[in-house]
Amino acid sequence: MKLVNPSNKRKFKILVVGTGLAGGAAAASLGELGYNVEAFCYQDSPRRAHSIAAQGGINAAKSYPNDGDSIYRLFYDTVKGGDFRAREADVWRLAQVSNNIIDQCVAQGVPFARDYAGYLDNRSFGGAQVSRTFYARGQTGQQLLLGAYSALSRQIKNGQVKMYARREMLDLVVVDGVAKGITCRNLVTGEIESYWGDAVILATGGFVNVFYLSTNAMGCSATAIWKATKKGAYMANPCYTQIHPTCIPQHGDKQSKLTLMSESLRNDGRVWVPKKAEDCDKHPSEIPEEARDYYLERKYPSFGNLAPRDIASRAAKEACDDGRGVGESKRGVFLDFQASIDRLGKSVIEGRYGNLFEMYEKITAEDGYERPMRIYPAPHYSMGGLWVDYQCMSNIPGLFVLGEANFSVHGANRLGASALMQGLADGYFVIPYTIAPYLASLTPGQIKTDHPEFKQSAENVKQEINKMLSIKGKKTVGELHRELGSVMWEDVGMARSEASLKHALKRIPEIREEFWNNVNVTGGAMELNQQLENAWRLADFLEFAEMMTTDALHREESCGGHFRTEHQTDDGEAMRNDEDFCYVGAWEYKGVDKAPELHKEPLNFENVKLAVRSYK
Amino acid sequence: MDLTLHVWRQKGPQDIGKLETYKANGVSPDQSFLEMLDEVNDDLIKAGKDPIAFDHDCREGICGMCSQVINGRPHGHQERTTVCQLHMREFNDGDEIFIEPWRARAFPILKDLIVDRTALDVVMQAGGYTSCHTGGVADGNALLIGKPVADYAMDAAECIGCGACVAACPNSSAMLFTSAKVAQLAVLPQGKPEARRRVRAMADAILSEGFGNCTNHYECEAACPKGISVKFIAKLNREYLKSLIPSSMD
Repeated sequence: MKLVNPSNKRKFKILVVGTGLAGGAAAASLGELGYNVEAFCYQDSPRRAHSIAAQGGINAAKSYPNDGDSIYRLFYDTVKGGDFRAREADVWRLAQVSNNIIDQCVAQGVPFARDYAGYLDNRSFGGAQVSRTFYARGQTGQQLLLGAYSALSRQIKNGQVKMYARREMLDLVVVDGVAKGITCRNLVTGEIESYWGDAVILATGGFVNVFYLSTNAMGCSATAIWKATKKGAYMANPCYTQIHPTCIPQHGDKQSKLTLMSESLRNDGRVWVPKKAEDCDKHPSEIPEEARDYYLERKYPSFGNLAPRDIASRAAKEACDDGRGVGESKRGVFLDFQASIDRLGKSVIEGRYGNLFEMYEKITAEDGYERPMRIYPAPHYSMGGLWVDYQCMSNIPGLFVLGEANFSVHGANRLGASALMQGLADGYFVIPYTIAPYLASLTPGQIKTDHPEFKQSAENVKQEINKMLSIKGKKTVGELHRELGSVMWEDVGMARSEASLKHALKRIPEIREEFWNNVNVTGGAMELNQQLENAWRLADFLEFAEMMTTDALHREESCGGHFRTEHQTDDGEAMRNDEDFCYVGAWEYKGVDKAPELHKEPLNFENVKLAVRSYK
Repeated sequence: MDLTLHVWRQKGPQDIGKLETYKANGVSPDQSFLEMLDEVNDDLIKAGKDPIAFDHDCREGICGMCSQVINGRPHGHQERTTVCQLHMREFNDGDEIFIEPWRARAFPILKDLIVDRTALDVVMQAGGYTSCHTGGVADGNALLIGKPVADYAMDAAECIGCGACVAACPNSSAMLFTSAKVAQLAVLPQGKPEARRRVRAMADAILSEGFGNCTNHYECEAACPKGISVKFIAKLNREYLKSLIPSSMD
């Protein structure tokens, strides 16, 4: 790979949008190398990106417990966990750098859990039979993000990174087919601002807020990646969304978001529902052992409660569809710690998951030590995202995409503790290398914000904002988002059929139409206006949702998080179709109300054998 | 339940704000405080009025974005709880609730309940890190860190940077926030080489950013949603004193 001479690096400017694990790590590392970096986040500080909410841990192939782990095994587990729909080379690289990440974070002062002798501690996680997960209590994402934030802070202090907080990217500026900058809205003043860069990096996270209720933060959106899509970037596998099995069930219809409880709870918690529907209203302690159905242990004896997320989620849905759900809504299953408390004592369980029990009690007013928790699946993560090559560059030259925002390593399903690994791998150890060959081919600083494309982009953004503000209809942004969310959850959620997807494709444009005719966005353009921010994000979801559904409809197979009811085995397991669908579906935007065009990137597996993914 | 809210409304940084009164009727005890405000806002929008602006993001108590003084207490009266995790079952039918922004000279109000907390980032930029480079570091197990030290560091590192400690302090001091980072890095071997420089740089930054000093009221610990202990302030003071003793290495 080509390199950029150290004395030339300072001549280049790189824009990094998003300051989570991927963006924060990238901005810090690129700044340290000597590039001029400008970083952007919509929150008031880069430390608040939603990576912070990851609880359970981060995988690495250290094999410290001497339990047979290796780079190959982590690679294989990730490819298999993704139901053989990830690009092999990218996953291999991820597994290779996984160990460096742990070392890097330790050097930053991340307080990983340690044993009394002072060595790093590990726990096991869904989809793996080794203990390869490093953790910092139930706040691993927070600690890793604060590590990246500290590295970023150091570069801001050194003047290598200029930080723009409370900015939201509302357009990608493309000049002669090459990414050259972004258009942002200053969320405090309302000013529309232009920024130029020799390269643009998007690390803007995932899109599952398209379901309205999800575990994502309220501000998470598809806006940045969707704007890039509209400028020609391909959107890959948008139908691969992860529904996380261990979330707190929904209560009432006024809820604004769902709360995840770390999957690590499944290490010591047993999942069950009553065998008979008539027991569902009883207090769990009144249901004797023989009347309980520990369905994960029954169906998947070798992985048991640690079955991967897609499988555990679908099994919970099946149990509830069967009328055996618990709780007021009957959309819940028990997660029971009694056996572990009996075996290890309450204090051990408290030490491992104390903060999660506390959080559960705050939300539900129930004590998880005294009675089993109730959990239900919720939208959590998007495996799909912008298409990138091995260098993490999209099909638009100069546009790089990192972390959850790209599609590359998780295939159709992500394993637990792998998102943190990918974000930091991309930011610390991939982009610093892979951006160099691209930059080495350029003369730096050739196109700046005085180029007409920047003015045009800013003008378009202003017009769209004014259009939204002028509708003054009857429905709030929140109401319309809930409508979209309910269509997406019912029709494009955990189980999808041709009929449900076609129904969604009819409903989405209707809601979009209503948005543009009947939404009420209060306030003005030139002020801090949160309704306008929400409206903007929803407008993009309303277009993105259609592409996501189109992808789900075209993929006539079940794999990972994408479950088509037409394609299942007799006992309800996902049935892949490697003959016809072993490819990345990369969609090219052709305009609102026009069908997107599909480009296929075949997936070639040279080091693993395609197999039926079994956790039995 | 039915509630009466008195909410601080302020159009912009230069404007004069005041408390406005709103009704929140039919509130469910299972709703979160912010979900209750979402509904009040929906009503305001439908009445053609400007909804209440407030910071929030993760709504699960970890990002540190939410920041409201509820009945005079940052994040409300429930211990170790952020506003977003506060639920309406903590209130009673007929309650009057006063909702205000963080108040501190270092946190100018941007709009309604939203303040600018950039000053906390500046304190971090002064030295809240180890100056390690990306790549080329030692194996994670090359440094042995006993469990008690790792636990102590983690207790400090749990700070979510919300600024409730500043809002609670009569002096608007950022001492608890700063001490959490200083203490975490001072006890870890990775942070020790820069400990002297760090504590001085961060202490200078809290003064230049307009935070007050600490006079041991301990309101910060009481308000902290993560229960960060004031023992870290003692640690900060010790570290600061140590840094004043001349060393041949300076």
